[in-house]
Amino acid sequence: MHEFWIIFKQAFMTKAKTKSFIITTVLVVAGIFLLSNLPRILDSIDGIGGDEPTTMKVIDASGKLDDPLSAVLQANESDITIEPTEESEKDLEKQVRSEDIDSFLTLSLDESNTIQAKYTTLSSIEMSLPEALRNALQTVQAGIKSDELSLSSDQVDSLFTQVNFENNNISTSAKSEDELNQARILVYVLMFVIYFAVILYSGMIATEVATEKSSRVMEILISSVSPVKHMFAKVLGIGTLGIVQIVIYGIVGFIAFKTSASEATEGIGSFFNFTDINPMTLVYAVVFFLLGYFLYATLAALLGSLVSRTEDVQQMIMPMTLMIVAAFILAASGLGNPELVYLKYASFFPFFTPLVMFLRVGMLDLPMWEPLLAIAIMLVTIFVLGWFGARVYRGGVLMYGPSRSLKDIKKAIQLGKE
Amino acid sequence: MSLQIEHVTKRFGDFTAVNDLSLTVGEGTMYGFLGANGAGKTTTFRMILGLLTPNEGRITWNGKPISYATSPQIGYLPEERGLYPKMKVEEQLLFLAELRGMKRSDAKREIGGWLDRFEVPQYLNKKVEELSKGNQQKIQVIAALLHKPKLIILDEPFSGLDPVNVELLKKEILNIRNNGATIVFSSHRMDHVEELCEQFSIIDHGKQIVSGTLKDVKRSFGQQNVRIRSDYGLEALSGLSGVTSVTPTVEGAIYQVDSDETAERLLTEALKAGPVRQFEIEEPTLQDIFIAKVGKEHA
Repeated sequence: MHEFWIIFKQAFMTKAKTKSFIITTVLVVAGIFLLSNLPRILDSIDGIGGDEPTTMKVIDASGKLDDPLSAVLQANESDITIEPTEESEKDLEKQVRSEDIDSFLTLSLDESNTIQAKYTTLSSIEMSLPEALRNALQTVQAGIKSDELSLSSDQVDSLFTQVNFENNNISTSAKSEDELNQARILVYVLMFVIYFAVILYSGMIATEVATEKSSRVMEILISSVSPVKHMFAKVLGIGTLGIVQIVIYGIVGFIAFKTSASEATEGIGSFFNFTDINPMTLVYAVVFFLLGYFLYATLAALLGSLVSRTEDVQQMIMPMTLMIVAAFILAASGLGNPELVYLKYASFFPFFTPLVMFLRVGMLDLPMWEPLLAIAIMLVTIFVLGWFGARVYRGGVLMYGPSRSLKDIKKAIQLGKE
Repeated sequence: MSLQIEHVTKRFGDFTAVNDLSLTVGEGTMYGFLGANGAGKTTTFRMILGLLTPNEGRITWNGKPISYATSPQIGYLPEERGLYPKMKVEEQLLFLAELRGMKRSDAKREIGGWLDRFEVPQYLNKKVEELSKGNQQKIQVIAALLHKPKLIILDEPFSGLDPVNVELLKKEILNIRNNGATIVFSSHRMDHVEELCEQFSIIDHGKQIVSGTLKDVKRSFGQQNVRIRSDYGLEALSGLSGVTSVTPTVEGAIYQVDSDETAERLLTEALKAGPVRQFEIEEPTLQDIFIAKVGKEHA
C-alpha cells in the first residue's frame, strides 16, 4: 500500500505543479469572475460610450402621426426621438447613402386610416430599431382605429386581454414547467462539466502512461510495484487532481456570484436560481462524474499502455474520444425532449450512461431502479475493464515498437501472461 | 546472498529469446553479460526483475524467487534512460528511492553526496530534459544505486558517457561491490567487462556460448598469440603445424597458435634463423574470444 500512495502522490503533485495546470486553473477562475461580473462591466461600458439616444428623421405625409408616435416612444421609455422633417425623400436617401444619417422613416395614412410606414436604411443589420418603431406604430394605429370606432381605452384594453394559459401536468411526479427549465439549465451545465472533465483527465492519463513508457521509467516503476497497483494509483491520483480542480471552480463560482450579487447580476442570479432544484440531481451529478471518470480513465490507461510514443496517444484514444462525443451529442439531443425512446436504451450503455442517464434522471422522474441499474452496470463495466486493463497493461508497458492499433491488445495480454 | 539462474528458457511465441541459461553470481562479485543487440540480455534482466516469467527454469535470489517484496533490495538501470523528462532531478531521485522503500529524509540526505561524487551537484533543481545525455545517464545511475541495493542490475551502464565519466562510474561501481553488493551488468564493450568482472557470459541469439571466470575462459579458449620480433627471416615458421594464422608486422609477425608446445617450437625455429629480439606469448583478449565465438559481424 505504501508504494501505491507514493505513486498516487507523484501523479497528483507533478501534474498539479505543471505550468499548464496552474495557468488553466487561473484562467478559468478569472473567466468565472469575469462572467459573473459581466452585466456590471457591460453597464459601465454603456455609461462611457454607446447607447446614445437615436434621432430619427421622419417624413410625415399625413401630418398627424409624428406627435402620437413621439408620445408612444416616450411612454415606452425608448431612446428614439422623432425629428419631423420637411426634406424630400430623395434628399434623405442621399444622406443615408453618404452615411450622414443611418436611416429615416416615411409615414402616411391610406384611405382606410391604416398607417403606411417605410423604414429606409443602407442594410438591415440593425434589428431592434425598426422593431421598436413598428411596435410603437402599432400602438398609434390601435389608438387611431379605436378613435374611429369610438372605443374607450378600457374597451381597447379588454380587447388585448392576455389568455390565461397554464400547463397542467397531472402525473403526480411530473416536474413543473419552472422546475423543468431550471433542471434543464443545471443538467446542461453539469453535462458540460462531466464531458470536459472526462475528456480532459482521461486524455491526461493516457499521455502520462505513454510518457512513462517512452521514457522507460515504466520499467523501473513496475519492477517496484505491480502494474495493476501502478495503474490504479495513476487513475486515482489524476482523478483526485480533477476533483480538486472542479471543487476550486465550484467554490470560486459560488463566491463570484455571491459577491457580485448586485442589481445588475439579478438577471443571471435568477437564471441560476436553483432553489427549487432537487438536491438528488446534484448527488447524481457527482456520482455520474466519478463513475464516468473512472470508466474512461481506466480505458485510457489501458490504451495509453499500448503506445510507445506520446505522439501516438491521440490516435490510440480516438475511438474513446468519439464515444464521449457521441454520448454528449445524444444527451444534448435529449435536452429538449428527454423522453425520446432511444435515450432510454442509450442510458443503460455504460459508456453513455454518465451523460445520458444523468440527463434523464435530472429532467424526468424515473423510477429509482433505472439510475440504480445503470450505476450497477457501470460499476460492473469498470470492474471488468479494470481487470482486463490490468492484464493488457502488464504486457503493454513492456511492449515497444510501432504499436498503434487496437490489435495490439491481444499481443499485450499474451506478453502480460508470460 | 547470491543470484542463481538455473536452466532458464524464455520463448515469445515461436521465438526463443533466452535458451537454457544457467549461471550463479556470488555475493559481492560482478558478473558481465556480453552480447550483441537482441542477444537476450534485456530479456534476461527483465526475468531477473520479475517483469517476465521464464517458460522453463527458475531464478532465485538467496534461494527465494524474486518478487515485489524483494524489490527494495534491487537496483535497476534500464538500457535507455528511465527518468521523467519533466521532473526535477531531486524530486525524481526522491520518488524513485521512496518507491524502493527508502525513507524520504534518508534519501534527501544522501542525494547531495551522490551528485558531488558524480560531479553534477549543480543539477539538483534542474529538469531532467535540460541535462545532456551523459548527465542524464549519471542521474539514472544514481537512481539505481541511491537506495543501497544488494543486487544491482545495470543494462549498458556506460553507454553515452565520455571516457572521463566512464572511469568515474567504474570507480563508483567497484566501490559498491567492495561494500558487498552483487552486480550484474551488460555491455558491448569487452574492455569494461575484462576490467571489472570476475565472471562473465557471452550470449548470442539467446544461447550462452561462453561462461565462467576470465582466467578459465582464456585458458580453455585454446588459442593464444605469439609475437616474435627478429632481424632474420621467419618465413619457415608459417608452415609449422599448430599455427592457425600469421599476421606479419614490421619487424616480425604475430602467430596464432593452438597450444604452449607450438609456441615453444616456434621459438626454437626462430632461434635457428638468428637471434630473436622479442618473444612474447599474449593471452587472447575478450575481443578475440568474442569474435571467434560470435562472429565478426557482431563485434
